[in-house]
Amino acid sequence: MAYTTLGVIPARLPGPVPVRRCTVDARQLVAVCGAVRQAGGLLHALWASDESDRGAGQLLRVALQDAAGLLILELPLAGDAPMFPDLSVLFPAAGRMQRAARDLSGVRPQGGDARPWLRHAGWPEDFHPLRKDAEAASAWPVRQERYAFVPVTGDGVHEIPVGPVHAGIIEPGHFRFSVVGEKVLRLEQRLGYAHKGIEKRFESLPIVEGVRLAARVSGDSAAAFSWAYCMALEALSGAAPPPRALALRALHLERERLANHLGDLGALGNDAGFAFGLSQFLRLKEDLLRANDAAFGQRYPMDAIVPGGVAADLDEPNRLRLLGEVAPLAEQVERLHAIYDDHAGVQDRFMACGRVEPELAAQLGLVGMAGRASQQLRDLRCDHPHAPYDALAVNLCGHRGGDVAARVAVRFAEALESLRLCRLLLEQLPGGAVRAPVPEPQPRAFGVGWVEGWRGPVLVALEAGAGGAIRRCHAHDPSWQNWPVLEHAVIGNIVPDFPLINKSFNLSYSGQDL
Amino acid sequence: MIHILRQIVRTGIVSEAPPPADEALRLRHKLHDEILRLLGRALCIRQVDAGSCNGCELEINALNNPYYNLEGLGIKFVASPRHADLLLVTGPVAKNMETALLRTYDATPEPKLVVAVGDCGCTGGVFGQSYASCGNVASVIPVDVQVPGCPPSPTAILQGIVTAVSAR
Ligand code: SF4
Repeated sequence: MAYTTLGVIPARLPGPVPVRRCTVDARQLVAVCGAVRQAGGLLHALWASDESDRGAGQLLRVALQDAAGLLILELPLAGDAPMFPDLSVLFPAAGRMQRAARDLSGVRPQGGDARPWLRHAGWPEDFHPLRKDAEAASAWPVRQERYAFVPVTGDGVHEIPVGPVHAGIIEPGHFRFSVVGEKVLRLEQRLGYAHKGIEKRFESLPIVEGVRLAARVSGDSAAAFSWAYCMALEALSGAAPPPRALALRALHLERERLANHLGDLGALGNDAGFAFGLSQFLRLKEDLLRANDAAFGQRYPMDAIVPGGVAADLDEPNRLRLLGEVAPLAEQVERLHAIYDDHAGVQDRFMACGRVEPELAAQLGLVGMAGRASQQLRDLRCDHPHAPYDALAVNLCGHRGGDVAARVAVRFAEALESLRLCRLLLEQLPGGAVRAPVPEPQPRAFGVGWVEGWRGPVLVALEAGAGGAIRRCHAHDPSWQNWPVLEHAVIGNIVPDFPLINKSFNLSYSGQDL
Repeated sequence: MIHILRQIVRTGIVSEAPPPADEALRLRHKLHDEILRLLGRALCIRQVDAGSCNGCELEINALNNPYYNLEGLGIKFVASPRHADLLLVTGPVAKNMETALLRTYDATPEPKLVVAVGDCGCTGGVFGQSYASCGNVASVIPVDVQVPGCPPSPTAILQGIVTAVSAR
């Protein structure tokens, strides 16, 4: 899409995924956002960067997704009044990102929801941690938080507050249900409990070591985030990871997708009252993790992907072993799929539960696996395939249903597709080195990594500082876009179905709390 | 139904023996006889994520798979701290979770045990201490046993739990 009539002429950034960048003024920002929205594009991420060390104010960065790839618009903001147009009127997903940018960087949208998002009561309102002059080690006594939940009134309406500590083994967050009888009228989420200062932390790390932190933005997406981080670093420093390393990265990413889908398929069966599903799928997942441990020395790929390549090569006996496990695992997944499909009780719970119609999904900007289950047919591995995906012809797995059943169906299809990809990767594994040198990046060099994780597209925008430091790193999990959609998905459902609906999205708290 | 039964028979029993206690993991020596007397062979665990990356939760969840057979050992996860004998805490303690963790600890009846899980729970891990993070679990509540690892394997977590409840 051309934005030249708006005076916006973006430049392509180096790297394996199509990313363009352009400086804009406020009028151009709104006009391009409007054009992208009109053409069915999305807001992907929004964050700010402190430029005071360069004698400027704040820089707002808005990452949009259009048909050509990712478009990053940069809007310079005055240091004394860092205001920008409220983009939540065009993209509902912008709302929470703008609130977070306000908390962390002190930039303010001209309108929209003015409540804090990541800041609770642990630090004062005028402390903006991502400002260059903000001390990372600052500490304040925690105060009592008063958060203005949106009240719901009416005959027989009552509230059910849940969390931040939940009944199960899950991450912390607060959900406030307004219900009549058993029926949910409204759900309001309060997140940010797991905020641990990741973005500030990045700025204290050498750029080659930042990958360890990136992998831990959301532990279940370690391969996706560490690959995105390395992609950004390699793009801005001009490093070229060898083909064998890229194939092994894809193997880690697909096995991560598989592990998460297997675990979720079991948990979803369990939440539908079918404990057999849980023990079967958790057994398959455990087998997969043990094979990872044997082949790579780690059950989860927390430190597998490193700048320039991968940490560990795959030896021939383990390559054959992993290859030999593909077909039997696919057979078991297919067998369990048939059992789920035939089980009337399970299907009764899955069908029509937590439905997000394709129109609503498009309007709210639902992305990733959950988006595909509501006919939002995007997958970076198919739309903008980088090596090695460009040689694999990934099949996109979509569904029109938008309910729990559709998200289960997409998981089954994607698990099998990942197994097919693992087979291809293992059969065609190129020879050669698994790591290339990474030249020291120039200060101010900027790079972007964009990878289709199991939950959806993750983005890492990285800017180098002087002497091999990180000047700014923004890590974006697709949960940002999808959490608000969950609020809509539960409307009209009964409270006891919430765990099932929630699990069917399985969004990351840590990934959005940062 | 026949397919389900066939799959169960085909799978067989995969449960493994639990690991022994490891004294190297212990931080505090207290209450063990009393806990064993009180608990007998049943232990109720409340898991609290105080700000983890969710990696540790993946491995704690794995304890519920048939290989580790947690319930067979008399150990189960409960929904309320009021029913718990032991808190299994992950993550660096996020500032935004400090109050919730303290409240959960206070709501757990005495005698209680705390096992901090993961490098983050033990030391603050990659996240360290900052405006947003209190650092390790022991800086917020008393900890009996620490289980390092990022994330620690289910076997290591189980070993930490067994260490916490076993008498010296
Ligand atoms: S120890 Fe590792 S896996 Fe556990 S919460 Fe910390 S970073 Fe995540």
